Amino acid sequence: MATTTAAPGARLAALPPVSGRAGLTGAIRSEWTKIRSVRSTYWTLAVLVIVGIGLSAAICAATASNFTHIGAGQDLGFDATSRSLTAFVELGQLVLMVLGALVMTAEYSTGMIRTSLASQPRRGTVYLAKGIVFAVMALVVSLVTSFIAFFVGQLLLHSTGHSATLSDPNVLRAIVGSALYVTVIGLLAYAVGAIIRHTAGTIAAMVGILFILPLIVEVLPASWTNDIGRWLPGSAGQVLLATVNQGGTNLFSAWPQFAVTVGYTAILLIVGAILFRKRDA
Amino acid sequence: MIEVRGLTKRYGEKIAVNDLSFSIEPGKVTGFLGPNGAGKTTTMRCILGLDYPDAGTISVAGMPFQDLAYPMREVGALLDPKAVHGGRSAYNHLLCLAQTNNLPRRRVDEALELVGLTEVARKRSKGFSLGMSQRLGIAATLLGDPRILMFDEPVNGLDPEGILWIRNLMKALAAEGRTVFVSSHLMSEMEYTADHLIVVGRGKLIADCSMNEFIAGSSGAAVRVRTPSPDELTTAVAAAGGSATVGTDGALTVQGMTADKVGDVAFDKGIRLHELTTLRASLEEAFMELTADSVEYRAEVPVAAPATVGSGV
Repeated sequence: MATTTAAPGARLAALPPVSGRAGLTGAIRSEWTKIRSVRSTYWTLAVLVIVGIGLSAAICAATASNFTHIGAGQDLGFDATSRSLTAFVELGQLVLMVLGALVMTAEYSTGMIRTSLASQPRRGTVYLAKGIVFAVMALVVSLVTSFIAFFVGQLLLHSTGHSATLSDPNVLRAIVGSALYVTVIGLLAYAVGAIIRHTAGTIAAMVGILFILPLIVEVLPASWTNDIGRWLPGSAGQVLLATVNQGGTNLFSAWPQFAVTVGYTAILLIVGAILFRKRDA
Repeated sequence: MIEVRGLTKRYGEKIAVNDLSFSIEPGKVTGFLGPNGAGKTTTMRCILGLDYPDAGTISVAGMPFQDLAYPMREVGALLDPKAVHGGRSAYNHLLCLAQTNNLPRRRVDEALELVGLTEVARKRSKGFSLGMSQRLGIAATLLGDPRILMFDEPVNGLDPEGILWIRNLMKALAAEGRTVFVSSHLMSEMEYTADHLIVVGRGKLIADCSMNEFIAGSSGAAVRVRTPSPDELTTAVAAAGGSATVGTDGALTVQGMTADKVGDVAFDKGIRLHELTTLRASLEEAFMELTADSVEYRAEVPVAAPATVGSGV
């Protein structure tokens, strides 16, 4: 229990008058304080950086040690860049999906949303600020992780004689593109979080979209699989990564395939914004 | 200043607030009284724009809450002290609120100091007792030095020291000319703090009057008086429109007028008084009587409910 009790007369000093309006800048500062002051941010991002880089390194080390045993035929189509980034993309979309969802759904599960909206009732501003802060943080951490995963991976793959450098074709696109992809997936989860407003429901929906949907499409007749596969939001990851063989023939090339993911995300972000503004908090 | 006009809010089939209109004036504590489920919290949520009314208009400081330039400088509201992210420290909780309204960072320290939470400022609020959470919520309402303050059931779960602290705070805020709007389902709580009362039941307005009018108007309200000249006072009270009966201990019980009025009558007649007390039990009864028909969930008890409702209020 608190130890001191202020005398009834003790007041806060009056605030100096101000002009203007509470707007996006203040909301962004507030959301930055929110995201950096809870532990879930740190452990999710720590998992992304440490496990993302560690797993990439482990895969590349295993590849390198097996490489010489199998023989020369393997060179054809070997994609050192993709090998060093696969773990980051798979883990990254999972981690940022959880964090993106939590940024929104934790407001509802804790009840904080009511306190937040009572201090800034212009909901569009809150929604935008939250999304911007999450996206910038996710992108920065993802870029750092993808670059480190690439360099560590190439170091370990050096012995194969097939390691890649930044100046090789498509390599920079793969590194930056994979970071962009996982960030957009995080934003997709943020939007779904605004629509569903429950952490578990949001994560279940995202797992369905990213991991279950492709499995269902996989068992459809081949002609359908080809047509539908390219319209899934989660198909861009593997194409963006590939520097040698551009994924399966049934998918678009890298940026158009990424545009599909961005398109779904944009639509859901708009739906989320409308519902966030329209519904009772 | 808060103005509510024709507020109606439904949740599905259930009507929570039904055509409610009232104004909250600055400079006094206005109690928002009603049984649980009467629509008090819903009304407050609508004022803050958390819920959207189905009908009616609400203006806060002359405009809808959403249009205020700096909402926290106009309105400080505490609806639910547990509506915080428990993983965040008290300091960061207040900081993230202050930042939305461009309030200086030092305000956070000052507010924590004022409510006595400085020592636990860096602790996560998850571990706070209800009393500490209340204090944190109150610190948040004061950050913006607002002209309007709203508290929903602020004394729930508080220890006597905490209750006294909140009562004094509310009175002090009103004395500074601020608008203080506080809800409770307990008449006894309002008695100590409120100058004005808005009573609701089942989403409808039952009474909107000063505390004195409320006491005087309810049939059950009574004032206990001890005087060396009971006969003179009984006559004087009767002449002023009240009625007095002598109890077993020799004290008079006056009905139909407030303690203030009884005192005035006695003074005019030069009658000496030794005790002048508003009977609290009867205040509670007055409230019960007023809202008897509007209690939403009531245990069936084999006792006849009072037949008259809200006479004269």
